[in-house]
Amino acid sequence: MAKSDLIGGELWEQYSQRVADRMNNPRNFGELTESDAQKLGGRLVIADEGAESCGDTVRLFWIVDEKTNIIKKATFKSFGCGTAIAATDMMAEMCIGRTVDEAAKITNLEVEHALRDQEDVAAVPPQKMHCSVMAYEVIKRATSIYRNVDISTLAETDIVCECARVSLQTIEDAIRINDLKTVQEITDYTKAGAFCKSCIQPGGHEKRDIYIVDILARVRAEIERERNPHRTLSAEFAKLSVIKQFKAIESVLDEHIRPVLARDGGGIELEDIQPGENGIINVHIRYQGSCKGCAGNVAGTLSFVEQTLQKNLSENIRGVVV
Amino acid sequence: MTVYSNCHVITFNYRQSGIMERIYLDNNATTIVDPAVRDTMEPFYCHMYGNPNSLHLFGIEVRPYLHQAMEQLYSGIGASDADDIIINSCATEGNNTVILGFYFNLLKDTRKKHIITTQLEHPCVRESCRFLERHGVKVTYLAPDRDGLITAKMVKDAITDQTALVSVMWANNETGIILPIEEISKVCKEQGVYLHSDAVQAIGKVKVDLQKVRVDFLTFSAHKFHGPKGVGGLYIRDGLNLPPLLHGGEQMGGHRAGTVNVAGTVAMGKAIELANASLDFENREVRRLRDKLEDALLKNADVLVVGKRELRTPNTLYVSIRGVEGESMIWDLNQNGIAASTGSACASESLEASPILTAIGADRELAHTGVRFSLSRFTTEKEIDITIEVANKAIERLRQLSTSY
Repeated sequence: MAKSDLIGGELWEQYSQRVADRMNNPRNFGELTESDAQKLGGRLVIADEGAESCGDTVRLFWIVDEKTNIIKKATFKSFGCGTAIAATDMMAEMCIGRTVDEAAKITNLEVEHALRDQEDVAAVPPQKMHCSVMAYEVIKRATSIYRNVDISTLAETDIVCECARVSLQTIEDAIRINDLKTVQEITDYTKAGAFCKSCIQPGGHEKRDIYIVDILARVRAEIERERNPHRTLSAEFAKLSVIKQFKAIESVLDEHIRPVLARDGGGIELEDIQPGENGIINVHIRYQGSCKGCAGNVAGTLSFVEQTLQKNLSENIRGVVV
Repeated sequence: MTVYSNCHVITFNYRQSGIMERIYLDNNATTIVDPAVRDTMEPFYCHMYGNPNSLHLFGIEVRPYLHQAMEQLYSGIGASDADDIIINSCATEGNNTVILGFYFNLLKDTRKKHIITTQLEHPCVRESCRFLERHGVKVTYLAPDRDGLITAKMVKDAITDQTALVSVMWANNETGIILPIEEISKVCKEQGVYLHSDAVQAIGKVKVDLQKVRVDFLTFSAHKFHGPKGVGGLYIRDGLNLPPLLHGGEQMGGHRAGTVNVAGTVAMGKAIELANASLDFENREVRRLRDKLEDALLKNADVLVVGKRELRTPNTLYVSIRGVEGESMIWDLNQNGIAASTGSACASESLEASPILTAIGADRELAHTGVRFSLSRFTTEKEIDITIEVANKAIERLRQLSTSY
């Protein structure tokens, strides 16, 4: 909150003149038919896109020259608010003259930019950025129809914030590189979550596959684990069943301990696991071969075994020689 | 500061269309101050600006006007002299005072921990209840039936031995639907449960007479009946008590601290008197104009109006126009100088549809296509004729654009 946020209610004041003009007089609305396509010597493509939760639907018409893949004409129809109509109108215009592949690369951010009156003033207020997302999605739909491929092959992977087009990788990197701890920081660094806010956490305007709060929690946990491996390992090891603890210890013995002892002709067997006080886990071991009866095994070897187990599994492990 | 940089968008493009007057059909949001009300306020700014709690002549001279305003307010809602009407800043304050006050007076320390309210309520009631839920109060939010109504039976069925308060609005702001407060009040009395009613949308549109309908707490706001913004009232029935929301001085008998808004109070007294004097006109003329607009819009195919005509306040019309998104519709109206409102998801800051329309659930599209026209006694026939013409043109244009029509 700040001086400019306290009065609120501003929505239309923040539409650019270009948005207003296109809402009042969209240039490219209407339908295209097979006979239009024939006249222009191209193929008719009709694509529908609609977000149930949003109540907006859009239909895009293209006539595409099949030799060059260039879109010769584009029109639309829309059930939506002013922003949706203006954005779709601008999007249709931006398609004309481009190849289908070029058009498929148009994003809602470019559409919004084209609707600005001034370079540095957004064309629509933050929450209405969402309304231009469909204009972008319908191009993907039209491309998949034209190419006769499944739309999922065209979708960019792992877009977390549709409004600002921020990917999962970008958010993860921002958290790691800048050591971000809050959603607000992520928004400040990446713009993700700055607009319709659906991607921040469940319960927003639109259901999402992945939410920023979850990404933040996961990456923070990973960062903590990397910084403090022992503490995290201890917690995880303590949660394992005894059988799994047994197997984990066996694998550390196999990998890190037995090969070292074998060099001196010695060996080690795991006998038992017993819980001690304050979360201590007593690992009962029995020496074999040359280790057996060796004077050094109580101090030197046991310390090596214990430290290796602590480093790999849990700092609460204590070695007990049987 | 970039916020206002695009202001030219609303520099009244309607002037280009040749219609020189603005038409205000959003009277459920707020109303024009009646010029007669404005005249009563005027002396209290530069002449009689005394604090009514002062002993000296400046205080002395304003008090008779406040007493007169209290007379107008008491008779305006049919309150008895032994009851209280606390002057406050708005109905939001009044509703918070009642609901939070119940928590501190009763819910906090006894086994009565249940409030019944409805999904139709204004956010100030809903959010106050949500707040109490976080403090261990159980709240039932009654869903309206297909007609948008909450019945006395619904209330009765929801009452348990833990219920302390029922809070049901007198009339709904979005649809104008009038709720059966009289029957609900009988149920509450019979069951020994207190009744609060938010009457913001009722005063000046339907008769609110507490001699006939027994409620324990009632809230209202002057700016909804041609008074100024920033002044409202909270009625508390004789013998009942609520802790103040605002603590401090002795104003309003200790019920509400803060220097009394003298001009606002005097204005509200005048406004309620005029509103009640206009009730017949409201129910005859305003209703006729509303019905004229309603009938004209219904001549378009696939138009539906929410709520039965006889169950609505005479000034309100909530219309769903298939294939026409609500914000687009009010955009086009605004371009022609006509102010209406929408519950459409796309027009709200959160992009969420009005919970009230979702609650009524008559038609899934309703949440996106609804437009509310709310008239007042200042609305003229010519304005309605222009609105009909503009609205029909907008419907035609937007349906041509629409995928879903």
